[in-house]
Amino acid sequence: MTEGLTAIFLVAGAGFMLIAALGLLRMPDLLTRMHATTKAGVLGAGLIMVGAAIYIGQLTVVVKAVAVVAFLVLTAPIAAHAIGRAGYFVGVPLWSKTHTDELEGRYDPETHTLESAGKPGQDDVGTGEGGRGRDESGR
Amino acid sequence: MFDYAIFLAYALLSLALVLSFVRLVLGPTLPDRVVALELLASLTVGFIGVAVVATGRSAYLDVAMVLALTAFLAAIAFARYLEKGGHRSDD
Repeated sequence: MTEGLTAIFLVAGAGFMLIAALGLLRMPDLLTRMHATTKAGVLGAGLIMVGAAIYIGQLTVVVKAVAVVAFLVLTAPIAAHAIGRAGYFVGVPLWSKTHTDELEGRYDPETHTLESAGKPGQDDVGTGEGGRGRDESGR
Repeated sequence: MFDYAIFLAYALLSLALVLSFVRLVLGPTLPDRVVALELLASLTVGFIGVAVVATGRSAYLDVAMVLALTAFLAAIAFARYLEKGGHRSDD
């Protein structure tokens, strides 16, 4: 019983991690790759930890496994957010079929300020580079 | 039967390691490589979980915890490095 349940969790977790790696290899750009690895990778590692906790079955091991899972679930979105943000600023090209990039032309990577499309010229921080893809028809 | 399940889990994880290593080598930009490194770390956490079951040594779970922590710190450090103007084009 315990062994069967453990086997199911281990194989399912390893399968999800394989899906994550496949997505990392096959997806077309940085953001879609992160989309694949962050979610499927954390789910796979979490399932494997659950399998280990079920198999050993002692309280200390269960607590450690829960700690590992909680840590992964807490940190993976933060790390993905930080890398995605940095990648966007560095200018990693998006996929050619990207539909919507709402930050395009509205974000100043030097000062990290966001221009609103509705009222251009309101902030005096983003000096100089006015008209950089700004949506003039929005007023 | 149980041994086959462990073997299958090891095999799937090994294949995943190979695939993400391919992305680490190919990865056209530095953030792609950082994402691949992060997945490698989390795959290693999965490997350690399977090893805990295979060997019955629960002390390995501490290694998994520390590995997850250091992988997170490495990813954050890479992101800061990129954002604060480190080496931008990965040629």
